Amino acid sequence: MPIFISTRESDDQLRKKVMEISGQNFQQCYQCGTCSGSCPMADHITVFPRRIMALLQLGNRKALEEANTPWVCASCHTCMVRCPRGIDITKVMEALRLIKLRQNIDHIEPKKLKPEQVADMPQIAMVSGFRKMTS
Amino acid sequence: MSTTTDDKETQSAAIEARLIPIYIMGKKYEVPETLTIMKAMEYAGYKYIRGCGCRGGVCGACSTVYRKPNDYKIYTGLACQTVVEPDMYLTQLPFYPAMRATYNFHDLEGKPEEIFELYQELFRCVACNACSKVCPMDVEVMDYIAALKRGDIRAAAKISFDCIQCGLCASRCMGELPQYHIAQLARRLNGAYLTPRAEHLKTMVANIQAGRYNDALNNLKASNEDTLKKLYTGREMEPATAGEDWTPKDATYL
Amino acid sequence: MKIAYYPGCTLKTKAKNLETSALACLDALGVEYEELPRWNCCGAVFSLADDDLIHMVAPVRDLIRVQERGEDTVLTLCSMCYNTLARANDLMKNDAEKRKTINDFMDEEPDYEGNVKVVHFLDFIRDSYGFDKLKPKITKPLTGMKVAPYYGCTLLRPKEVALDRPDNPQVFHQFIAALGAEVIDFPSATKCCGAYQVLGAPDAALQVSYEIISDAVKHGAEALALTCPLCDYNMGKRQDQMFEKYEGAKDMPVYYFTQLLALALGIPADASHLELNRESARELLKTKSMI
Repeated sequence: MPIFISTRESDDQLRKKVMEISGQNFQQCYQCGTCSGSCPMADHITVFPRRIMALLQLGNRKALEEANTPWVCASCHTCMVRCPRGIDITKVMEALRLIKLRQNIDHIEPKKLKPEQVADMPQIAMVSGFRKMTS
Repeated sequence: MSTTTDDKETQSAAIEARLIPIYIMGKKYEVPETLTIMKAMEYAGYKYIRGCGCRGGVCGACSTVYRKPNDYKIYTGLACQTVVEPDMYLTQLPFYPAMRATYNFHDLEGKPEEIFELYQELFRCVACNACSKVCPMDVEVMDYIAALKRGDIRAAAKISFDCIQCGLCASRCMGELPQYHIAQLARRLNGAYLTPRAEHLKTMVANIQAGRYNDALNNLKASNEDTLKKLYTGREMEPATAGEDWTPKDATYL
Repeated sequence: MKIAYYPGCTLKTKAKNLETSALACLDALGVEYEELPRWNCCGAVFSLADDDLIHMVAPVRDLIRVQERGEDTVLTLCSMCYNTLARANDLMKNDAEKRKTINDFMDEEPDYEGNVKVVHFLDFIRDSYGFDKLKPKITKPLTGMKVAPYYGCTLLRPKEVALDRPDNPQVFHQFIAALGAEVIDFPSATKCCGAYQVLGAPDAALQVSYEIISDAVKHGAEALALTCPLCDYNMGKRQDQMFEKYEGAKDMPVYYFTQLLALALGIPADASHLELNRESARELLKTKSMI
């Protein structure tokens, strides 16, 4: 999937914001791909974690917004315990989610959940799901 | 219209009372320091057509939010119950939108899942405590929401007992919950389905329906005033100091 | 030894079987515990934003409750609660600036400096009680039962709160071995079940859960042992959806680790509320003459 790289396309605001919220320096990522290899949700994400880090380094807002990765991420932390650079990739994913959520844009709608499902699931499913995917 | 001595005294007290400045929606007024916020607003010329109800502290219509100088805190109270303070900076919040779920109460059974289904936003609570801090009735709102999250409807009903549905909790809620609506559902479920039934009431109703008291009632209805007076004054009464095991001499209707 | 006990929301309803079995075990082991008289939901997940403090308030409040009871240790059963409380605790211990801001914000609560220790039942058994002390109390060993211990994420990651090495943990394996069962080691024991994606990407969560169970089956497991109610939903209740979607999906008996401990300690089965488990779980125990 080709992407266009230029200084005009690089969104420095986005990069700063992600660094600020996550507290992580994704510039350190040297693209080893261990995170992608560890991700349990690999079959269901459109952009692997390694590529997300590359896109962040390039400040490619468009490609990042189109990726479903932060929204399928289960915060399992496998990537970050294995990252040879010690980058907390889970926090980077959280920052990407929060940038959208803090604009009051929800990813799931609590009221749209099926009542039978809400009655069936343990409370921690709703508590954690709403925390990660609603504002 | 005659005025009694009491009125005159009250009037003098009001006139003699020291005037203090308060700020109603940002505008300064000098009002007698003995008045409640509600009375002070009327003194200042405001006429209530909303935000005023029982004037007795139980209807929840007059919730008021105020601040004090050199103090960051948010204070709340009912306008009809709270006495004014110098430099009080207030506004009323007579209504705050909070959506109530629609349900057919008779389809419910008192299970926690029923509340989860109707109010999914319950799980958005982050225990910030803004609700409990703002409650003018000192209801521990955060605690009853916590109880409901873990399925304890009875505890939630007990904790929310004093709620007057003023809406201040909903106005401050970070998770955007309609706390007081959820609590009302909990209290309704608790009362209808979870509180133990009074067995002796059931027995009494059955006895009545079986006609046990029909003859006695009919006799009373057929009696004249003198007979009724005799029966009434001559009735056996349980002594005030009687113990648990007292029984009347005439045990016909026990 | 006396400890404070923090249940978490789910343990009173959906995961009642986890609580009742665990508390019965604590009684049998002679451990004195007290459920905190007042507690709130911890939030289930630890907030990963550097500038977010409000989501720390809920777990810190619970730690203050422990402090108020004069206790210095709090026991959790739910792995998600363990992770959230432990990480919030570390934040209050290590970050002076955030500690001050959070304490100032909660002006209606006493200050909290991080004096409480958060433990999960598993590391409580390993570190405080001791496997050596536990083994003699096992009167009904689960001999011949092939149990795969499934750790999930929250007990092992991140390293700061891990009960053991995330890549090759042993504590749950040791626990199952102590119960006399045959321990089935399988690679997916530390793989994520999908967790809260049951709400957002349910197909993805179903697939990863299915793969974990399949991996356990492949390595000879006849039962799966869990510690987390959300894992129990994804890999227990949702198995019915797996049968519909995946050909060859077999019914796997799933238990909470404390239910297995309760049975092994000889505690009567009703303390484990097995009616909340899958039917296959009850059937397996019957064929093994354990109930």
